[in-house]
Amino acid sequence: MTDDTNMQGIPEPEGDVDIIETDYDIGQDNIEGAVGPFGFDIHNPVFLISGLSVVAFVVYALLAPTHAADFFGWLRPALTSTFDWFFLLSANIFVIFCLALIVLPVGRVRLGGADATPDYSYAGWFAMLFAAGMGIGLMFFGVLEPAYYFATPWGDEPLGTIRPFTEDGMLIEGNIAEARQMALAATSYHWALHPWAIYAVVALALALFTYNKGLPLTIRSAFYPLLGERVWGWWGHIIDTLAVFATLFGLATSLGFGAQQANAGLNYIYGIPQSVTVQVILIVTITAIALISVLRGLDGGVKVLSEINMGLALLLLLFVLFAAGAATILTEFGQGIVGYFREVVPLSNPFGREDDGYREGWTAFYWAWWISWSPFVGMFIARVSRGRTVREFVTCVLIIPSLVCVLWMAVFGGAAINDIVANGQDSPVYANVIATYSPELSLFAMLETLPLASITSTLGIILVIVFFVTSSDSGSLVIDTITAGGKIDAPVPQRVFWCTFEGLVAIALLIGGGLASLQAMVISTGLPFTIVLLLLCYAVWRGLRAEPT
Amino acid sequence: MFKHIMVPVDLAHEGQLDRALGVAADLAGHYGARVTYVGVTVPQPSSVAHTPQEFAEKLALFAAVQGETRGVAAPASHPIVSHDPAVDLDKQLLAASEELKADLIVMGSHIPRFLDLRSHGGHLASLSHHSVMLVRDEA
Repeated sequence: MTDDTNMQGIPEPEGDVDIIETDYDIGQDNIEGAVGPFGFDIHNPVFLISGLSVVAFVVYALLAPTHAADFFGWLRPALTSTFDWFFLLSANIFVIFCLALIVLPVGRVRLGGADATPDYSYAGWFAMLFAAGMGIGLMFFGVLEPAYYFATPWGDEPLGTIRPFTEDGMLIEGNIAEARQMALAATSYHWALHPWAIYAVVALALALFTYNKGLPLTIRSAFYPLLGERVWGWWGHIIDTLAVFATLFGLATSLGFGAQQANAGLNYIYGIPQSVTVQVILIVTITAIALISVLRGLDGGVKVLSEINMGLALLLLLFVLFAAGAATILTEFGQGIVGYFREVVPLSNPFGREDDGYREGWTAFYWAWWISWSPFVGMFIARVSRGRTVREFVTCVLIIPSLVCVLWMAVFGGAAINDIVANGQDSPVYANVIATYSPELSLFAMLETLPLASITSTLGIILVIVFFVTSSDSGSLVIDTITAGGKIDAPVPQRVFWCTFEGLVAIALLIGGGLASLQAMVISTGLPFTIVLLLLCYAVWRGLRAEPT
Repeated sequence: MFKHIMVPVDLAHEGQLDRALGVAADLAGHYGARVTYVGVTVPQPSSVAHTPQEFAEKLALFAAVQGETRGVAAPASHPIVSHDPAVDLDKQLLAASEELKADLIVMGSHIPRFLDLRSHGGHLASLSHHSVMLVRDEA
């Protein structure tokens, strides 16, 4: 391959990493060519099978909407309520595994080899992993979830805590403090540590097998220790196709629902009518901005947009913090962390509990949801994380986003609960979360209680849109890389294709119906992926043990 | 006339570079210019190399082989690691030419296909202050 006479001054890669020697050449199964002006370089058969199966499911959902809705509408809750114990236990394992990696000696292993330097600064890296990881969820659930747990009259309080309301809707002063702390702790449980541990496992597996073992950046590579050379055959094709499938439908259905939410917000604030036309315009706008972003590339588009996104989110966070009373809210943050540590063990225990509504309806649903997103988010995090040590990687992917999420929930949820406590059933938050359950309006209802509501609500809508764009562009890059067999430099028209395809699927499902049933289908993939993630922990452990430290 | 020639090379398609490499070597001999072979890779494994270090090694070897087979004196290599070469390639080649202070870029180029939207070489020539020579891979 090379001779030793020309290696002066160049580090020997085999010395500081544990390259897996395989007979597979990256791109060997690819088909290169051009259709008119558009070049392509696609993996055969992953590209074609992924594309066709997405079309097949869209057609199924459009032609047999009742059947699809009945089946997936039954499947998703059936899985999360039957296997809630399995989701909860597995998520606990992921957290313990990640925490162990921080303290064990293997944490010293550097992704990309001992001499690798980080590709991105902390700010750019963090903005990207955060924007891809959960951004939009914080906009949707930041107010909804804490306010819901605080005031729910439907008997699904976390751990069956006492309610702060009497039967006839009067506040019980003595119960407020405890209900408030539990509401924040139970929300933080879903947004701190556990989801990030799920992402960290997938991201670490991909980063390790790509940067240190020399395998292509695609989901199948992480399975090399388990399947050996078979990952390059049908086993690998199935794994990659499933990942594309879950990512594309996850993004498209979220985009469809996101357009409905943004439309509801626009209606609430400006009286813009709620109609499919407005929602289609929103999807086209989001897709167009995402297209510009992918055309400008990872550094010039995706990273820049993620940073803008973080800046805007920080602005909104600081505004709500000060407008709702910084002292109270920061106390809330402190109590939220204390409450989280106090309750995290009982909340993550799957056995002997009676709060089925919370445990099955919320926790198991969240875990399945995070897990179904993990191939996409994990692969994107892996792509931007070269040069970090495992310890640094896990700390930054697990601990820092967890703190930000707890802070976000304390600020937005704290302000929302303040409103309920101050105004009881007359509060706008109560009206939109409990009286009429309108989750998409909960954020705007809370902002309405603070000064400058029209400005901050507009900022809220812009953030919802930008968060969607940052998911859409990074998702398109991920799908493009998987369907190009791990090639990073596939022709640009391919990523344009996936980004557009995702928008079209969202529009088709929005107009024809089927968003809910296909989203339920995606979340159902969380169950098999959970088994896959448990296997990945083992693969990561073996891979790390083989690394020179 | 020229002191330093930069030759961008795609190691994944080495076979298509023959004429450009020959021209670069001839020009270097004629003007007594230095030659630097520039290659772009990604942080992730590619069809050429497992790691950026291995890519750098291969590029250095490639440059050395050019020295031996085409009589280029003291050939140098300059690897570039790009996060997203599908988009950033031209920009990074331009930056490399400025960093290397190359006064001529010799680059292989294929005959435009029907409706080829953009050529890397053509785009580079439109941005660079220095001379750019595009050499077609077929006569």
